[in-house]
Order: sequence, then C-alpha cells, then structure tokens
Amino acid sequence: MISVSPLLFLILVPIIAAALVMAGANARTTSMLGSAVNVLFLFALLFLYDESAGSFQFLGSIPVLPQFGLNLTLGADGLSLVMLFLSTIVTFAAVCVARPPVDNPRWFYVCLLFISAGVIGAFASLDVLFLYMFHELALIPTFLLIGIWGSGDKQAAAWKATVYLATGSFILLFGIIGLYLIQPEAARSFDLRQILAHAEAGLIPDNPVVYLLLLFGFGILVSLFPFHTWAPQAYACAPAPASMLHAGVLKKFGLYGLIRLAVPLMPESIQQYAPLLLALLLGNILYVGYVTIAQRKLDLMLGYSSVMHMGYIFLGFAALTEISLTGASLMLLSHGLTIAALFALSGEIRERTGTLDFHELGGLARITPRLGLAFGFAAMASVGLPGFIGFAGELLVFFGSFGAGMPAMGLLNGQEVFGFNAYQLATIAAVWGIVISAIYMLRAYRRVFMGPLAERWSRLPDLAGAPHASLVLLLAIMLVFGFFPQFLVNLVTPALILP
Amino acid sequence: MIPPFALEICVVSLGIFLLMAESFSFKTSKVTLAHGAIFGLLCVFVLSFWTDLPADGLQGSGFYVVDSLAMFFKRFALLATILTLILAIDYLPIVQRLVPGERPEAGTGEFFILPVFTCAGLMWMASAADFIMIFCALELVTISLYIQVAYMRRSLASLEAGTKFLILGALSTGFFVYGITWIFGMTGETGLNAIQKSLSVIPVANHTALLFGLGLVLVAIGFKIAAAPFQFWVPDVYQGAPTPITAFLAVASKAAGFVVLIRVLQPFFTVPAFQEKLTLALVFLAALTLLFGNLSAIPQTNFKRLLGYSSIAHAGYLLIGLAAIGDSFAGKAVVFYLGGYLVMTFLSFLVLVPVTKAAGGDDLAHFNGLAKRSPMLAFAMLVAATSLAGVPFTIGFFGKFFIFEAALNQGLYLLAVLGVIAVASGFYYYFKVIRAMYWQPAGDEAGPVPVSPLSRMAIFACVAAILVLGVFPRFLTDLLP
Repeated sequence: MISVSPLLFLILVPIIAAALVMAGANARTTSMLGSAVNVLFLFALLFLYDESAGSFQFLGSIPVLPQFGLNLTLGADGLSLVMLFLSTIVTFAAVCVARPPVDNPRWFYVCLLFISAGVIGAFASLDVLFLYMFHELALIPTFLLIGIWGSGDKQAAAWKATVYLATGSFILLFGIIGLYLIQPEAARSFDLRQILAHAEAGLIPDNPVVYLLLLFGFGILVSLFPFHTWAPQAYACAPAPASMLHAGVLKKFGLYGLIRLAVPLMPESIQQYAPLLLALLLGNILYVGYVTIAQRKLDLMLGYSSVMHMGYIFLGFAALTEISLTGASLMLLSHGLTIAALFALSGEIRERTGTLDFHELGGLARITPRLGLAFGFAAMASVGLPGFIGFAGELLVFFGSFGAGMPAMGLLNGQEVFGFNAYQLATIAAVWGIVISAIYMLRAYRRVFMGPLAERWSRLPDLAGAPHASLVLLLAIMLVFGFFPQFLVNLVTPALILP
Repeated sequence: MIPPFALEICVVSLGIFLLMAESFSFKTSKVTLAHGAIFGLLCVFVLSFWTDLPADGLQGSGFYVVDSLAMFFKRFALLATILTLILAIDYLPIVQRLVPGERPEAGTGEFFILPVFTCAGLMWMASAADFIMIFCALELVTISLYIQVAYMRRSLASLEAGTKFLILGALSTGFFVYGITWIFGMTGETGLNAIQKSLSVIPVANHTALLFGLGLVLVAIGFKIAAAPFQFWVPDVYQGAPTPITAFLAVASKAAGFVVLIRVLQPFFTVPAFQEKLTLALVFLAALTLLFGNLSAIPQTNFKRLLGYSSIAHAGYLLIGLAAIGDSFAGKAVVFYLGGYLVMTFLSFLVLVPVTKAAGGDDLAHFNGLAKRSPMLAFAMLVAATSLAGVPFTIGFFGKFFIFEAALNQGLYLLAVLGVIAVASGFYYYFKVIRAMYWQPAGDEAGPVPVSPLSRMAIFACVAAILVLGVFPRFLTDLLP
C-alpha cells in the first residue's frame, strides 16, 4: 500500500535541484529556485493544514521492511510544520547568502541542498528510524563543507564535529532500538503514531535506560554541556551558509526529537533525571555564557552563544509543563532564525573585511549602515527583546519552568515555610543568562560597528541584492511572529502530548 | 532443473578447461582467459536459479546439504570471484612487472584461473555438512589462496605475505584437524547431523572434552575469519598480496568462514549446556575483535592495510550477530551484513586498483585530490567509505542496524557499548579516505585516473546496489534464508 505524501515533494525538490546542478545547470540560480519553490510549497501546506482537526496530516507511506514495521511514513502536525517552515526559510536564506566558491562551486551547492533535504526529511518523518536516518544524511555534506570551503583550522573542526556527531547519533540509534524493543513483542513498530497509541494504552514501560540513551544521543547533537565543544569551533570554521543551516536548523533536530519522543513516552524518567539535566543545562547557560563573553572573535562568539541558547530550550523541556514546552518550541524557531541571520551577517562581514577579530574591526556601521542595522536587530532578537519571537519563547519557558514540580516545603523553627524547588532555582539562575547574552551581544555590536573606523575599511560595500533581501525576510519573520506569537502557539500546543 | 552439485562440477570443469586452453594456445592474450572465466561463472550464476532444492536439504549420505543458506553463499562466492577477476584484469600490468617471464604474457594465465578453483572450494564449503567435507573444501580454498597471495614473485612484500599466510594457515589447519579428532572421539561421528543426534545421549562427563574439541575448531575458524586474537596475519598478508587477491581474501574467504561457523555451531546451540558457554566465547571473541580491529585501524596510512584492519572490525560486527543467534532475525542479519560487506568492500577495491595504477601506490596519500582528478571515482569511493562506516541510506547502515537490534534484543549490552566505540573510530578512519580525496590538494603530475569499461560497469553496479539496498533493504532480506 504505497501512498505518497505531499511532503515527499519537499524532500525531493532539493535532491532534484542537486541532481540538476551536478548535470550542469547554473548552480546558484537552480538552488535559489529550488529552495524558493520549497518555501512557497510550505506556505501552501500551512494554508491547507486543518488546525481544528489537529494531529498528523498530509500522510503518506511507503513500506520498507514490513517485518520490522518499518515504513517511510511522512506526515506533519503543527510542531513539524513550524520546523519545516524554519528549514525551508533558512535554506532559502543560506542559498541566497552563499557566494559560489572559487573551486568546485557545484559541489558546494550540492552539499547545501543535501543538508536541506536531510533536515526536511527528518522533520517530516513519522517513522522514528527514518527521522534518525534523514538527520544522518546531513552529516557527510557538513563534513565536506567545513573541510573544503571552511576557514581557519577547518580540518580539525570538521573532524571533531564529525566524530562527535557520529558517536552521538549511534548512542541515539541504540536509544531508538531500545524504544523499539520495549514495546510489546507482537506489536513493535517504528511508526510514531503507533508508538504514541501504545503509550496511551500503557503498553510502553517508562524505561530510564532508554530515556538516558535518547537524552545523551540527542543531547550530543544539540551540544548539551559538557558535549558542546565540537559546535563553536565547527560553526566558526564553516562557510556562512553551512553554519546557518547547521546551527539554525540541523541542531534543532535533537530537541525536536526529545519533545517528540521523550515527552509523551518517558515523562517519569524525565522527572526522575531532571536534577541531572538541570545541572547540565545550567552549564550551558552560565558556564558557556561566561566562555562566550571571553571570546575575541565574532564567529567563535556566535558559535558559543548558539550553544548557550540551547540551555533555555532544554529548560523548557526538562520542566515538562505545557507552557514551558510551548516556549521551547517557539524558541526552536526563534533561535533558528536568529542564529541563521547572525551567521549570515558575520559571513557578510568576513566577506568584506577578511577578519572577524574584534581588535581589528570597528565603526563599520558608519560605512555599511544596512549591515549595522540588520546586525543590531538580530542581536536584539538573540538577547530576547520584546517584539521578537525570542522574547515570547523565553518568557513562556521561564513562566513554565518556574511553575513546574512540587513546591518545596519544610519546617523551620517549628513553622512551615516554603522554599524554591529545583526547577525554580534553575529558572532563577537561568534568567541571569539574559544578562550574559546582553553583555556579549552589545559588546560585539560596539566592537564591530561603533567606535573609530579604520582607514582600510573606508571603502566597504553595503548589503545589497539577494543576501540583503533574504536577511530582511528573516528579520521580518522574527518581528511578525514576535508581535503575533499566538499563531505559532495555536499550531504548536495541540501537537504537544503531555503526560 | 539441474541438481545443485552440478554447479560445482561446472565451475571445476570451467577451471580445467581454462587451464587446458592456456597451455595449448599460448598465442592468445591471457585477458581472454579472464573474460572466458567471467562469462563462464556468470553462466553458472544464472544456472543456480534453476536448481531444484530437495525437500530435506540433504544429499548423498548427509555430507552435502543444499538449503537456501547454501544456495545464497554459492551465489555469493560466484559474484565475489567474478568481481575478483574484473579487478585482476585491471591489475594485470602490475603483476606482469613482478612476475619474471620470457615474454610479457608468460606466467599470468594462472592468475586468472586459480580464483575459479577457489570459487569451487567456496561453493563446496557452503554446502558442507560433514567435518571431513568441510576440511577438504577449506583446504582447496586455502591452498589455492596460498599461491595467489605469493603470486608476485619479484615483490618481497608478496612473498613475505605468502610465507606468513602459509605458516599460520597450516597451523590453523592443525588446530582444525585436532579439534575434529576430539569431537569424533567423543561422538563417533563426523557428520554434523549425526553429531547433533548423538549430543543428547553423551554423558555429561564427556562435555568438557567435546568443548575442548569445539574450542580448537573455533580457533581454526577464527584464523579464517580473522577474529582477534587470531588476526595477526591479516595486516601483513592483506598489504602484501596482489590487490585483487586481498579483496578475495577479505570477502570470500571470510564469508566462507562464517558459513562454516554457522553450520558447525548449529548442532551445539540446540543443547542448553553448550549454548551458554558458546555464547560467552562468541561474546568474548566479538568484543576483542571489535576493539582490536577498530582501534588499530585508526593510525593506518596505507589503504590496503587499513582495509585489512577494517575487515577485522567487520568480523567483529558479524560475531556480534552470531553471539545473538538466539534472536529470530540474527541469522538473517549476519547474512545480510555479509552481502553488504561484499558490495562495499569490492567497491572500495574497484576504486583502489585504478588509483594504484595511476598514482603508483596504495597509500592514503595517493588518493589526494581524487575528487578533482576523477569526480565519479571519488564519488564511488565516498559511497563505499560511508557505507563501511554505516551512514544511513547505504546498505552498511542496515547491516549494523540489524546486528545491533538482534544484540540488544538478546541483552548483549556489553557488545552494544563496545559497538559505540567501534562505530565512532570507524567513522574516523573511513573518513580519512574522504578527507584525502576531497580536502587535500592533488599532486602536480596527477591527471585523471583511467578506468576500464568493465570496471566502470562493476563500479556502477556496486554503487547502485549500495544506495538502492540502503533505502529498500527488503530486496535483499526477502531473498535471505
């Protein structure tokens, strides 16, 4: 029973575009056209999605291994549509921002398009194993992109990222096999809908080992502290479009997976291991935050900041309330758009000046006002200023996590007193992250765009053309959803299946 | 419909015919012999689909078994031999340089004919159900391989490889025969079926002696499949042997070892008293092989040697599957893995041979900049390396997935943990090839690498098989026994 989902089209467009590029079509035009088609198609899907019906729509399935219950099943609910939206938009922006490199420009675009196909496939898969497989599809192009067209210590960075990601994903594979094996023997399946139905019927035991495998497998992919060291280096060395796609979209896969699988299936284990996760995510927010402040180069600083922001999303996940998970989902989108815009801008600066060192830059806003304005907007969005989606997301995460768990009670001098529980303590500590990110973002802005302008930068061209348009698009989306987050909340909240 | 044993007879007759043809018509090019051999083997391969399988699987007096497992491995051996011959045609100029002869053509005929005899041995091995039969088939394979490994008489490395292979192979044969004697002494039988029957009536006091014999057999097969700690001959032999023969050793001889292992262990696994101890031994072997193969592959700089260590590593994954044989899918998983291993290993050798010819060596550095010199060849190698590493959408991923699924289902958690280490280091060393091809600049004198049409076809077929089976593994799993 083969049925074809319209989502298959979304996956195939980048692959067909890549094939055309290999066959000799103009690389840049073909890729831009392909990703634009995908964006338009996704808008059509958003329009067609029946919000009142909820659950998974646009279903389609191709049998792969019946005896394992393995099918290439595609489908989307509100959460996956939001992630697909992020993927197509960031792909489009990345292809627009990309400048064809001198050597092997075709392969460059082919790699970008394959990453795009991988992430779209991952977010559109309803089959847990294919979810994993599509994510892995992006691994090789990333390795090639960083290693061939990167800058700085690119080979070491690509190497480290690949080994980390491969290890993480094999831990994840064991988690997924575990998830398969803890189902009742007669009805094992990789189909997400069936797994959720089993969970609802109480057939899936809440197995802490499987949860920990999923947590650390996904966690390494999301750069959870202390497995984060691959990320900043890789993003700093990668060409700008690769960092945009990887930090903006691919990395969100891990958190998406946790929200999709761990929340409905293993709520008890999440609560049981919450103190561990809270400690680690505070490592992300506070420790990595301090490391970010210490950076002297824009690209490394952005890399660390992207690691740091993952801490908030983990907080939203660990708290396991509807509000915090909605906030986490919003932050997936907001952070994806923000970091993509920031990496695009830092790529533009590097393109013009050849350096991203704070000591050498300064005063660029005077000569390239559009670049300065766009960076200012993106930096504010990253800090979480009201008016951007980041604000809505962070606020919901903090509200949600502060209200999570049981209140701590105790007796002091014979009187009953209330204290803060672990979630509340973590939330209080995490709020300081906003201060930290304000410090490094504002300082970066001051170092790069304000102050005296060096003589050698006095002839830099300003933003123009396709890169300019795509950045305006990214910022506009952040602002629109920042003012009307309700649209996203309505999409995402029904998709969250809470215990 | 033809009787199944006719297949081996056809292969042997083909080999004899080619030998005669070579000695009576020394004017014709030796490559014609190779083409003849490939054509003949292809015919046998096609014929194999028209054999009639007896219902009980047994032929003769129970020493020759024809079940779907045997048929699968007969076809496996035929395909492996055909691919080896394709490699050998490409490799011929290097062999001619290193084999003395009055005319440039002299002394290369056997290089194409010996694999045909090895193939017959492999096919017998797939059907052997009696220790004597297994022994004879094994010796036919091994002795013909001794000659092939040491074939390049003027290459010191090849001679050294041949000597090492001969001495250690002879030693393992000794273990094998001695093990058989003990098992025969305890059961009074050499046929595996008969042994299975007598196992239930053997007094418990004799179990230790039986296990001792089985242990010796395990050691001998461990040599053949290159399982640690019996793997030490592998790197030197693989590096020194002519490249096509390395591929043949790495794939066909290992696969045959696994068939024998499956067949020999089967009767013993039916008795609970043995099952526990055997599983323990297999887990131990698998763990050691995984760790040794993967960790020592990391620092390698020679590609053939790297593939040697990688073949040890893959033996480790296969042993995991055998240790989990209690799982209903584990047997299929092992066979599937072997099928995938055949395609991806031969693909990497099919790329290696033209590169060796063009660049003058088989170090990783000779692959530098291949992506610019021959993008399609580099792409084929990319597919092979990612498949060997186990990246999804290649056949290698499903191979590992099935194996680990079976292992976790059987509760072999230690092996799963070691598997993570193994896979991570596998990524590291397979990606070294990709790095050389795509990241490193090419040398000055390096131009595009020429590939013969026959190898181009074989490369294309392998790439297609890896990618198609990587998305639809059902095409292969449905065929499996």
